[in-house]
Amino acid sequence: MNSKTLTALFTLGRKEIVRILRIWSQTILPPAITMTLYFVIFGNLIGKRIGQMGGFDYMSFIVPGLVMMSVITNSYGNIVSSFFGAKFSKHIEEMLVSPMPNWVILFGHVLGALARGLMVGSIVTVIALFFTEIHVYNIWIVISTVVLTSVVFALGGFINACYATKFDDIAIIPAFILTPLTYLGGVFYSISLLPPFWQSVSKFNPVLYMVNAFRYGFLGVSDVNIYTAYTVIISFVVILTIICLYMLKKGIGLRT
Amino acid sequence: MTIALKVSNLKKTYKNGTVALKGLDLEVQSGEIFALLGPNGAGKSTLIGIISSLVNATSGEVEVFGDSLNKDRNKVKSHIGLVPQEFNFNMFEKPMDVLVNQAGYYGVPRKIALKRAEKYLKQLQLWDKRNGMSRMLSGGMKRRLMIARAMMNEPKLLILDEPTAGVDIEIRRSMWEFVEQIAKDGTTIILTTHYLEEAEQLCKNIAIINHGEIIQNTTIKQLLTTLDIETFILDLDKKPTDEFLSQLNAKITDDYSIQLDVKKSEALNDVFKKIDAQGYKVLSMRNKVNRLEELFFKMTQKDNNKEKSA
Ligand SMILES: Nc1ncnc2c1ncn2[C@@H]1O[C@H](COP(=O)(O)OP(=O)(O)OP(=O)(O)O)[C@@H](O)[C@H]1O
Ligand SMILES: [Mg+2]
Repeated sequence: MNSKTLTALFTLGRKEIVRILRIWSQTILPPAITMTLYFVIFGNLIGKRIGQMGGFDYMSFIVPGLVMMSVITNSYGNIVSSFFGAKFSKHIEEMLVSPMPNWVILFGHVLGALARGLMVGSIVTVIALFFTEIHVYNIWIVISTVVLTSVVFALGGFINACYATKFDDIAIIPAFILTPLTYLGGVFYSISLLPPFWQSVSKFNPVLYMVNAFRYGFLGVSDVNIYTAYTVIISFVVILTIICLYMLKKGIGLRT
Repeated sequence: MTIALKVSNLKKTYKNGTVALKGLDLEVQSGEIFALLGPNGAGKSTLIGIISSLVNATSGEVEVFGDSLNKDRNKVKSHIGLVPQEFNFNMFEKPMDVLVNQAGYYGVPRKIALKRAEKYLKQLQLWDKRNGMSRMLSGGMKRRLMIARAMMNEPKLLILDEPTAGVDIEIRRSMWEFVEQIAKDGTTIILTTHYLEEAEQLCKNIAIINHGEIIQNTTIKQLLTTLDIETFILDLDKKPTDEFLSQLNAKITDDYSIQLDVKKSEALNDVFKKIDAQGYKVLSMRNKVNRLEELFFKMTQKDNNKEKSA
């Protein structure tokens, strides 16, 4: 990588992070409030009646799930609104006319999404500390799964933004695909509670692997094999990256 | 002399079936200011879009300073600065950030970018506005911001798509000066405009494009000599009467001035004799240069008729 490419990447990453901080009341504050409500309602009020889940009290069980959920929605949301916003108001052309390589455009935006995902994830974790103690079984698993998952959804959001031509298009995928997958992805429950048929169906949900691998990092328990989980997540990173780079190369949704 | 831009057999059909370019050829020498003229929808912006990688060509080849768009797109990009027809910067960013970020995308280190931004913001009279929101700039200021942005990579080829649309006379003149200055410093410039005065002022060579084809590629001078009528403005010593005007077949332009068309074959002496006979004195006389407008109109008209009958 030469110094020009590095400068371009640094510029883009910096711009994305400045954007997140500039509009913090849209990017950082809402997830913090939503998640606090989840903790109060599910963790404290309802959770007390639920008792144990996966061998831990319910609050401890859902903390990793909720952190992951906020990382997923915020990584996705960040890249979609930033990149589609750039398309919509045409300042994406500033990037398209410049000689910065396509992978820099992609990676710069992914960095922004990752930054937002990690910022929100950290804030949610800190809020969780007010409600419960947090165990850490293996910090490296925690970090690697949260980073990889954030990247998966950043890449997914990037593809969504490329295809989107109006604001509806960036609302549909989160509402009809992302939210159901997350809610059914083991954030709130262990799939061992489900009948065998639905357990098998759940295994087709990639979010299940991400949430469980992440939870494994905290609690040391998981509904799925941890190696399988990494394989699934990394495969998604690779495949989505290839798709994104192909779209950039062809200019799909970007050049007329 | 090196060739700054070479476009060969460039075709573009948009997805909806609109044929915007039909095998266009064009060559621009380095170091010149070149004007691209043509009516609305002729294909000027499409051509510029392809050259600057915002539009995918359907077929054909573009070379910028010898580098081929098909073979080395990023190299081509690094030669070019673009001022597009429509505003395309982030309205919520500060002008300063717009410039520094654009420079960064080209790989210009931040420290140098800040200096460059200062230089161009000052030259384009935007320095006071550098830290406000871009959307609060006036239309003319926004256009100048885009010019400054296009200079951030110190391009060898600057392309301006209607840079002076909606810009007042004074600013327009200062923009011309700016363009002439950077041309003097060695940047090749291609601009599109609907103000023919602008092309006459700045450019030696022009191309006229209509329906996605170049219908004329020549020097402005050459173009003007193809006109067989010249228009003069004469300032008289007293108010002309209607009778006088009809005798000369002249139009009044203001109280003491008249405008008349003279065929190239006609001697000016005869005109003056007539004026003399009526007892008028001619205090001053000038050539009305801006006949290009009419010529341009005739040419595209002719081309359109050809199109219809074909
Ligand atoms: N994105 C697009 N999709 C479909 N058709 C397009 C698109 N952009 C331009 N066109 C069509 O291509 C043709 C050429 O348009 P272009 O913008 O290149 O003209 P122009 O010479 O720049 O005109 P103007 O002087 O109005 O700016 C027009 O018929 C236009 O409608
Ligand atoms: Mg145009």
